[in-house]
Amino acid sequence: MRFIFKTDYEDDIRLFPHSGYVWSYGTLLLLLAIAPFVLSSYLMSQLVFVCIYATVGVGLLILTGFTGQASLGHAAFLAIGAYTTAYLQQYNVPFPVYFLAAGLLTGVVGALVGFPALRLQGIYLVIATISFAFIVEEILARWESVTHGNEGMRVKTLTLLGTAVPRDSPAFYFLCLGVLILTIVGSLNLLRSPTGRAFVAIRDSETAARSMGVNVALYKVKSFAISAAITGMAGCLYAHKLSFISPEMFTLQLSIEFIIVILIGGTFSLHGAVLGAIFLVMIDPFLTYLKDDMPGIIANVAAAFGASKATASNIQSNVAAFASANGLKGAIYGVIIMLFVLFEPLGLYGRWLKIKLFFQLFPLYKRATFKRQKIYVKSERNR
Amino acid sequence: MSYFRAENLSLHFGGLKAVDAVSFAVEKGEILSIIGPNGAGKSSIFNLISRIYPPTHGRIYFEDQDITQEPAYDIAKLGIARTFQNIELFENATVLANLLVGRHRHSTTQLWQELLFLPNVRAAEKMHRRRVEQVIEFLDLEPYREKLISGLPYGVRKVIELARALCTEPKLILLDEPSSGLNVEETEDMSFWIRDMKTELGMTVLMVEHDMTLVNRVSDRVIALNYGKVLAMGSPSEVQQHPDVVAAYLGA
Ligand SMILES: Nc1ncnc2c1ncn2[C@@H]1O[C@H](COP(=O)(O)OP(=O)(O)OP(=O)(O)O)[C@@H](O)[C@H]1O
Ligand SMILES: [Mg+2]
Repeated sequence: MRFIFKTDYEDDIRLFPHSGYVWSYGTLLLLLAIAPFVLSSYLMSQLVFVCIYATVGVGLLILTGFTGQASLGHAAFLAIGAYTTAYLQQYNVPFPVYFLAAGLLTGVVGALVGFPALRLQGIYLVIATISFAFIVEEILARWESVTHGNEGMRVKTLTLLGTAVPRDSPAFYFLCLGVLILTIVGSLNLLRSPTGRAFVAIRDSETAARSMGVNVALYKVKSFAISAAITGMAGCLYAHKLSFISPEMFTLQLSIEFIIVILIGGTFSLHGAVLGAIFLVMIDPFLTYLKDDMPGIIANVAAAFGASKATASNIQSNVAAFASANGLKGAIYGVIIMLFVLFEPLGLYGRWLKIKLFFQLFPLYKRATFKRQKIYVKSERNR
Repeated sequence: MSYFRAENLSLHFGGLKAVDAVSFAVEKGEILSIIGPNGAGKSSIFNLISRIYPPTHGRIYFEDQDITQEPAYDIAKLGIARTFQNIELFENATVLANLLVGRHRHSTTQLWQELLFLPNVRAAEKMHRRRVEQVIEFLDLEPYREKLISGLPYGVRKVIELARALCTEPKLILLDEPSSGLNVEETEDMSFWIRDMKTELGMTVLMVEHDMTLVNRVSDRVIALNYGKVLAMGSPSEVQQHPDVVAAYLGA
């Protein structure tokens, strides 16, 4: 076990509490830096999606994980960022400008969503954010002079400092990685400042936050705006990665995917956004594997157990039909969410902490270490 | 002019008069206790002062300023802090984070500065931390800094809530049943702290309390309340001997 000996208040403010962090994150950074030279182009492409999803995840965590305001409308924020990009590109606006514009505009929209959301809690807030997302989807489909409606919009190759940065180049990967890292650092800074603490205070008790002088309405709107702005900037990168955008890419399903990212990763730490993004993006290759290889494998196994050729091929086609059925992805998402909510409420990051603690304390680890102790029940009177 | 004044304060929930035309004043540096049977309206008076509920009638003055219409989040900025009868801490945060929220009213840094964690934010954080440490030392909370609230026993939470209120550096502090749920020893500590808050920190204390030993030990004056109305006001012994108060407590 490591005992950290603190001698200065600075020790509690630092982003890396001790040298172990510097080493492990340094190694991670090194691995990420050499990734484009080792991984296949398919995996690199997935890694770019991980970066983009993780950025959105961080944005969503600020709002949902730290401020306690659920949102199923983040696909709409992503869409606004993406469409701002495609629209401004037509006028040859340089990347840094439309990237920031995407963040700014989405942030403003986020704040506007935040105002009516002030009076809503829990499930009502979820419904309100879904409705907002539907409205945005409708606007994107109908406002043809700007968005080209259901035809969608082409997104030109990104140019930065006069050089083209194609969407499958290492440079684009580094750009997305850079945005993710900056987002994480900015968010961590925020979370160790008065604003971040006000967010957490609102999440845990609005009444107490208010009586400590936190302007709850203002900070909720701030949280919405920051979360949306981050998602908008991610939307800009997303548009470039897809190179073509249309309204049906930003549906409720996408918002649910973002919720999955933070639910599975863990809502109490920014680590969760990254782990959840990795998990979610890797579901796709897994599904492809399920579709392509699983039927054959199962048929072979059946044959090995003595099934006739006809039965085996019958099994193969049935499994294939099942694996490529419409909605399988949605069903898998549903099952995953349920399993995590029931058995792993702290998410993958929580699981990782438990494993780490297990090895640190070995052989003294107690199963009850992470059991939540309900010592007394909070009153509902002042709600 | 009194330091703090409630004038003709009423709070009605439908037909129920939780607080009914209550007037009282608190002098600077005084410890005033409010006593009364369950449901007398004591906590409701606190909720009116901290603007959780708008009063049905009446006005509230603090330092000669009418604060009846102030938004709830401005009450802390004016220098009034409170604790809650049922403990309202930030459950899933550490003790330190809870206490630092108490410093919120003193924070002046801008959002963009916080995003970059500029030197002024860092300096402010250290200053807040120093103040929090003073409170931690005052209330002997050293062992709990890094602990999550959700894992702490009731007695400690109670003290942490007091600590959080002190971190705002209030001029007037409202304590809603500071000793409820505490054992004899903890109650004794509490009574010393309350007196120190007056003598060492120069605060004015308004306190709701059931434990008459604690009330007698610390209060300068006592108000007795029943059914939202003031029954008696005066020194602790006067109020306890007042026939109406005796009747209210005996349920006559
Ligand atoms: N939000 C509310 N809605 C309706 N009635 C309420 C509400 N809050 C309090 N009351 C009622 O107002 C009356 C006074 O309540 P209050 O909490 O002020 O009592 P109290 O003196 O603090 O009692 P206790 O000693 O039990 O804490 C009670 O009858 C209570 O039921
Ligand atoms: Mg009460």
